This record gives sequence, structure tokens and C-alpha cells, in this order.
Amino acid sequence: MSLLELKQVGYQVGDTPILRGIDLNVDAGEWVTISGPSGSGKSTLVRIIASLLSHTSGTLRFAGKAIEDYDPIAYRRRVSYSFQQPTLFGETVYDNLAFPYQIRQLPFDRQRAVAALEYVGLTANDLDKAVIDLSGGQRQRVALLRNVMIYPEVLILDEVTAGLDAENKAFVWSMVRHFNQDDGITVIAITHDQAEITAAQRLVTLVNGRIVPGGAQ
Amino acid sequence: MNLAVNNQSLMLELGLVMIALAIGWHEKLGIDRDMVIGVVRAVIQLFIVGYLLKSVFRVNNGWLTGTLILIIIFNAGYNAKQRSNGIPHALPISVGAILISTAVTLGVLMLAGAIAFIPSQMIPIAGMIASNSMVAIGLCYRNLNAQFKQERQAVLEKLALGADLKDASREIVRDSIKTGMQPTIDSAKTMGIVSLPGMMSGLIFAGVDPVRAIKYQIMVIFMLTSATSIGSVLACYGAYREFYNERKQLVGPSN
Repeated sequence: MSLLELKQVGYQVGDTPILRGIDLNVDAGEWVTISGPSGSGKSTLVRIIASLLSHTSGTLRFAGKAIEDYDPIAYRRRVSYSFQQPTLFGETVYDNLAFPYQIRQLPFDRQRAVAALEYVGLTANDLDKAVIDLSGGQRQRVALLRNVMIYPEVLILDEVTAGLDAENKAFVWSMVRHFNQDDGITVIAITHDQAEITAAQRLVTLVNGRIVPGGAQ
Repeated sequence: MNLAVNNQSLMLELGLVMIALAIGWHEKLGIDRDMVIGVVRAVIQLFIVGYLLKSVFRVNNGWLTGTLILIIIFNAGYNAKQRSNGIPHALPISVGAILISTAVTLGVLMLAGAIAFIPSQMIPIAGMIASNSMVAIGLCYRNLNAQFKQERQAVLEKLALGADLKDASREIVRDSIKTGMQPTIDSAKTMGIVSLPGMMSGLIFAGVDPVRAIKYQIMVIFMLTSATSIGSVLACYGAYREFYNERKQLVGPSN
């Protein structure tokens, strides 16, 4: 049984189909790369998987149960979605790293936060740093840390390296590799980056709301 | 000098509206028609309400007083709903919020012995409370719509991290409650310095000792602060969930 099972998943707005007949299985611990031209439905697909949108046809199962049988909040804590050009909350880095604990009413794990910050090249002092003083690369790193402060089972990345320079891009991908290989988090990543597409373990290509035959390897 | 506002003096005072009309016409503001309609409507509505209140005060019946207060509350709720710009269930939310804010405030005033359950006191005070609550709720709705639009990405990100609807909307709700209460707080701050408010001016005008008049005005400040805060809190907490669907996904604002 795969962790995620999509069968004939479709999504349409009014009469306009955005996604059609998506069949996709993702196993636990896998890294799936999704590519395709703009407007092909990639973001819609991953937002459906993240339960930020509901599919209008077909079935989506997670860990053997239909997505509709999960409480959406509990589900999103297990299947975490990270946005392209993320918005950081509040005023400081702390506000962002503490958010996952606050919403679960758990005490903030400062030690873990400091270790995470050091891992991404920041320091304990940066916890109090104002988010407006962070560079683009630092913002993306903090945003990604926010998704994994409490480990999800699936991490969905929606073009998280778009707009970053080569160095930051490489760093973000090395972070994701670490989450995937060392922590066993399943990764579903949308990318336009040709190097990433070429290096993908498993590539799914979407065109006009459909998975291109042969694209899903 | 014997001061009086009678029909003849009102006719002469109509000249003041003519000045406003002349300015509107001269400056080509294009509001002449609205101004005339506004003035005519105000005169007709106030005359009707004046005669209506006169008979209600004469009858002095509890049920009739209660019914009139409910009508005022419903009208206020309906008007607040008009400001909601399509927020689902805005009518019951508005009516409920105004009903509770009016009932709590009137209840405290009655318990304090400031007013009695007689139509000449209950109806005007209920009207003041309901109308202020209505304005506050209207501002709350406008802010909720604007903030859910402006902060859409942040709300989505919070949801994506597993926040519940309350956590995802907390800042927006807080900001909207503040927006609803702000005019009352601002007006309280400047009271007596910038404005001599309506009720106090009216009492002084009618010959009441200013020190006695300010006590009424202080009561009004207290009751409006209470009414707008209760109304804003109830309306914001009632309405923010309407921006999400049953799968806890962000769907609003509608435009």
C-alpha cells in the first residue's frame, strides 16, 4: 500500500477542467519531482494533496484512508506544504519557528530550534532577528524549517527555490535531501529547475492538467 | 429670551440646506439630488418616528416597547449585513451580535438604576446602542473582507502548517475588532475637547445643568464602549469562519 494513492483525481472550476484523471501513487520515504509548463495544474495538484483544495472527482487516499475521513487540520500536520516565496509570520524568526508549537499547544523546543538554525547557517541569536532583516535565501530556509520543526510525514514543496541564487538553491535542496534521506520524510517537489528535473529519482510531468504518458516513472 | 423650534423656524432654517445645495451646485459636486433626497427623507422619517414615539409613550406598554426595540435591532442588523459584501449568514450574525450587545448594555443600565423599562427611556437608548453597534459591525465586516484578501497568502500558509481556523485568522479577527471599536474610542478621547456630543448638547440646550448633562454623557460613553466591543467581538468571531468551507479551506472573500 502506498502512502498516497490518487485515482482518477480531477479538479474543475465551473466548466473548466484544471486537472483530469490523475493516477499517482507515492510510497513512504519517496522523493517525487513534479514538472510541467506554467498553467499545467502542478500547484493545483499539490494543493489538493495538501488538502488546501478539494478534488472534484476521483479518490485520494492517505495511509489507506480517504482524505475526507481525516480532520483537515490533523491531516495538514502530517502532510505539510511549503509555498513559493513564503510569507514569514509576526516580527521575528522566533515567531515563525514557535508557530508549529503554538498551534499544537506544545512548549517551544528552543534547543531544537537553535540546532535547526545552526544547521541552516544561522545562530541562536538569530531567533530574535526581525524577519524583515533576513535575505531571500534566509527567509526560504526559515520558512522550510517552520514546516519541519515538528516532522511531517510528507513535505510538499511548491517551487521553493524559484528566485533564489545558485548557492541558496543548492543549500535548500541539500536541506530537503537531509529531511528525505536522514529523517525519512516523503518529498513531493514542484520544480522548473532543469538540473533538478534531470537528477530526479522519480519524475512526474504534467501538461494541460494530465500526467504525460511515460512522464510518471 | 424664549427659545423655541417650531414649524416656522424650521422653514427658515431650511435656508441652511440651501447654502449646502448652492455649494454643491457651484462646485459641480453632483450630489444635489442625493442631498435633496437625504433631507426630505430625514424630515419625513423623523416626523413619522416622532408621532409614532408620541403614541408609544402614551400607551406605555411593555410588549409594544419590546417589539419596537426588536424592530430597531433587526433594522440595525440588516444595515450591518449590507456592509458585509457577501459574507454568508451575515444577517443572523449581525442581528445576533446587535441583540446581545443591546440586551447586555440595556440590562446593566437598568440594573444600575440609570434607566427604567419605560418606552421614553428604553427606545431612544436602545436606538443609540443598536446604531453604534451597527456601525462598528459594518466596519468589522469591511476589515474582515479586506484583510482576508490582503493576507490570503499568510492565512493559506498557516493552514498548510496545520493551524486551525482560529489560529489562521487570529490577527485578522483581532485587527477587525479593533477597527470596529476604534471610532468609539477615538470619540471618547476627544469628548468635551473637540465635540460636545449630541445627548449632552441636547440636555444643555433644553436647560439642564451642564454638570448633570455630563453625567448622562458619561453614561452614554460607557454604554457605547460596551455595545461596540460586544458587537464587534461577536460579529468578528461569528463571521470569520464564513471565509472557510467545511473542509477548513480558505474560500472567501467572494470578490
